[in-house]
Order: sequence, then C-alpha cells, then structure tokens
Amino acid sequence: MTVTLDSACELHPQVALRPEPFGALAYHYGNRKLVFLKHPDVVAVLRDVAAHNTLADTLVAHNVAPERWNSFVSALSSLETSEIIRVRQ
Amino acid sequence: MSVSNLSTQLKSGLDAPICLTWELTYACNLQCIHCLSSSGRRDPRELDTDQVKNVLDQLRDLQVFYINIGGGEPMIRKDFFEILEHAEQNNIGVKFSTNGTYITAENAQRLASMNYLDIQISLDGVDRATNDAVRGEGSFDTSIAAMNFLRDANFGPFKISVVMTRQNVDQLDAFKELADRYGAQLRITRLRPAGRGADTWNELHPTQAQQRQIYDWLIAHGDNVLTGDSFFHLNAFGESLPGLNLCGAGRVVCLIDPIGDVYACPFVIHDQFKAGSVHDEGGFAHVWRNSDLFLSLREPESEGACTSCGNYDSCQGGCMAAKFFTGLPLDGPDPECVIGAGESLLKSATVNLIPKPSMDHSRKISVTVGGNK
Amino acid sequence: MDTTAPIAVDTAQAQTASHDSVSSATTTPHIVEELLVEEISIDGMCGVY
Ligand code: SF4
Ligand code: SF4
Repeated sequence: MTVTLDSACELHPQVALRPEPFGALAYHYGNRKLVFLKHPDVVAVLRDVAAHNTLADTLVAHNVAPERWNSFVSALSSLETSEIIRVRQ
Repeated sequence: MSVSNLSTQLKSGLDAPICLTWELTYACNLQCIHCLSSSGRRDPRELDTDQVKNVLDQLRDLQVFYINIGGGEPMIRKDFFEILEHAEQNNIGVKFSTNGTYITAENAQRLASMNYLDIQISLDGVDRATNDAVRGEGSFDTSIAAMNFLRDANFGPFKISVVMTRQNVDQLDAFKELADRYGAQLRITRLRPAGRGADTWNELHPTQAQQRQIYDWLIAHGDNVLTGDSFFHLNAFGESLPGLNLCGAGRVVCLIDPIGDVYACPFVIHDQFKAGSVHDEGGFAHVWRNSDLFLSLREPESEGACTSCGNYDSCQGGCMAAKFFTGLPLDGPDPECVIGAGESLLKSATVNLIPKPSMDHSRKISVTVGGNK
Repeated sequence: MDTTAPIAVDTAQAQTASHDSVSSATTTPHIVEELLVEEISIDGMCGVY
C-alpha cells in the first residue's frame, strides 16, 4: 500500500473536482481518469489533505471516526495509483 | 449519508452529464444507411460560432470535463477548428467522430498538435465491400486514408469506431488486428434502430447467434476494446462485461443536437425524449437539472415484462432507444434480449404504431441496404 | 449536505472491496470497509457511434 496514515498527500495539479449529490467526481486532465468520490467526507479530506502534515492529521481535523480510517487509507491508495493524488516529497 | 453502489448513485442523476454528445451539424457528405441522426443536409437553424462558444462556456462552468462531438460530419463546419480550440482553451476535452473525409495531411498535423483531443474514425468493415455497403461507395478508402494521415502525423492512438452489424461480426478479430497495426484503439458499439438505422435495423442487426458471438469475443478481449458500455444487454448471458451496466439516458448521458435541442441520449432523437433547448431560459444547466423528462428518467424504472426473468439485475432490460424505435414497451425486454423475449414481442408489434424519428435531414436520394453491389 | 448521518455500509459493495476488507477484518472484525472511490472509463456510456 503506497499511502499510509503517515503519508503527506496532495491533489494532483492536473485534477479537477466536481461536486455531486453523492460526493464528487475527480477528473485527471493528463491521464483522463475519472473517479467517483462516493462520500462527502472523502471529498472534504481530499480538498484539505495538502494543508496537513499527514493523512491521519487530516482525518482528525475532519472528525472521521477511527474505525473508518482503513477505508480512507485504501481510498487514498487507489487514488494515488490513478494519480488523482500524489505523495508530497 | 451512506455509501451506496455506483449504479444506484448514477441512476438518480448527476449535477451535470459525464458523457455529453454534441452533434455540430446535420450536414454530411455521406449517407450511411444506419445513421443515428438521419444526417445529410444542414439545418438552417444550426447554432452559429458564437452560440457554440457560449454553450461551451456553459459546459466549462458546469465542469463537464469531456464531450463527444459528432454530426453529421462535424469537420464540414468552417469553424470546426475554432470550436476545437475554444474547447481546448476552456479545458474541455474533446473526442470527435468523423468519416475521415476532411482529414488531409495538413489537418492531421494540426489535430496532432492539440491537447485533450481524441478522434474516432468510423469504419464498418475491414474490406471495401462490407464497409461501403453501409457507408457508401469510396468510404472505405476515405477512412483508411484518414488513418494513414493521422499515423503519419504521429497523432497517437486514435480510435477506430465500428458499429456491429450482421455483416461484420465475423470480422471482429480482423478489426482488432487492423487497429493494432495502426497503434489505434478499437471501439465497437451496438447498432440501434435510431435515425435511418430504424429503417435498416431488420437487415443489419446481429442475429441471436451473433449476439452470443459478440459476447464471447468481448469476454475474451473486452479489456483492450472500447464499447461505450453499449452491450450491457448481453450481460444476461452470464458473467458481466466490463463497464457500467445501465442506461445512462438523462442520468449521465445526453445529446445536444445541431440546433441546440437537448435529448436524453444520441439515439433518441424524437419529441418524446426532447428535454428542452440550450436557448431556453437558464440554458443547458436548467434543462439538465430541471426538465420534467430528465427528472422522470432518474426515477426508479419499472421492470415490466422483465420481472419474471431472473436476469434483470445483469441486463437492466436493455436499451430504451432500441425498444422505443422497434415499438416495444419501454418497461420490458430489449428487442435483442438474449433469451428471445424481445424477439417474440417484435412479431406482435404493430408496424404502423412504431414511432418515427422526429428529425430527418437525409438527402433526397434513394437508400437501400447493400445498395452498391 | 448531511454528513452526520450514521454510516450504513452497503454489504454488496463491501464484498467487492476484496483483499483490503479481508486484511482489515482481522484487526477490526466488526467493521466492513467502505468503498469510497470508484474509477470508471470516460468512454463508458453511450455516445456517438
Ligand atoms: S437509450 Fe440506449 S443508447 Fe441511449 S443511453 Fe440508454 S442504453 Fe444507451
Ligand atoms: S427478459 Fe428482460 S431482463 Fe430478461 S434477459 Fe430479456 S431483457 Fe433482460
């Protein structure tokens, strides 16, 4: 798994987010991948993840219950694979 | 808010379409016998350059990331490149569909220099006879010439777009080889009885045995072939094909026609499926979000006569357009239903009650199946 | 948008979340993983021929 709770992440600069009733759509203009973000919490976390040192900090800041953290790590890992987000150096 | 499955989320509609098709003109130099928009002659009411740009600006504001441009033959428009450039400047990706006639060496260079651009060249047979019987004499050579120009201009992986017919199902492997030779992507789509295709569907649509052949081929090769997810009615054969399994009409898909009318999908150009116009107060967004038609298409659908069949979850009862233009009830089996439920209903559909497309821009020449030799 | 409502996990989707949910299930046996993101092909759905 490429993203962990300790990772520092950011949205890829070529990605746009479009709000939708269920959450948002993320579109990468470079690789043209289209990803459904299926819950408003994952959208809030993505929009804010660059402002925190780690993913865990972001989850805390957004009051995401600890039992859901695994789901968020999986989600951000798959987003990293699609290059919707990237790990900050 | 719970996480429900994607198809449930999609069915209740989105704030803007994902797959928007925009036909820029009804004019076309060809007269394909299955044309979904009955194209031929230009319509005097077609949107002019400024109106097109205005709609593009609306789509940018709605964050429509990507549009499909078609026609008619879109490259016939004198402002075609101006429109492409306006889309590019506004970060709207474009895929356009063309018969290749206007892809010269020079145009191919120009197209190759643009970002966010996909091209699909229509080809309905791997040989002259098969292709030209549907698309008209000389059209095979035209498509191949266009493909050569794109390859020589290093355009990159363009798409070869094939409508599956009774006459070309056996050529699936050959289409794939042809695409591979050009470094192109093969895209096969389902023939629907839309536009002039309504008149020729009986002769052109694949037989029941061929439906199975297409399904088996897609199960074996589906990962490397695009389909627009148009074959989901075949999922009733068993394992699901890759992709979304739903009719997106008015939910994720819609059509803007050359005069600015908005329809539920490119294959239902009929008043019953017209939601409004980009000229309406509030523009495209208002039509997409508030039209009675689109709101009703986002309601849960009734399974109708499909209820008694155990396959509904996998095949969703098939394609609304295919049912509509063959005179079948919209809540019931697809005319190409794999268990034959549609076929038996077709026999009882009353021919003179079958709806006709609302627009016909065909040129006044006679069109017959397999017309040239 | 109401983000405070309790999370009801769709079990059919959770099953398709495959190996990830299996591994998390060993540490937190009562939690079924949510499938929060899903990728689709931009070519998906009916457009032009
Ligand atoms: S009506 Fe048919 S062609 Fe149109 S979106 Fe639905 S399934 Fe696709
Ligand atoms: S009867 Fe309806 S649900 Fe059953 S296979 Fe045919 S179209 Fe699909």
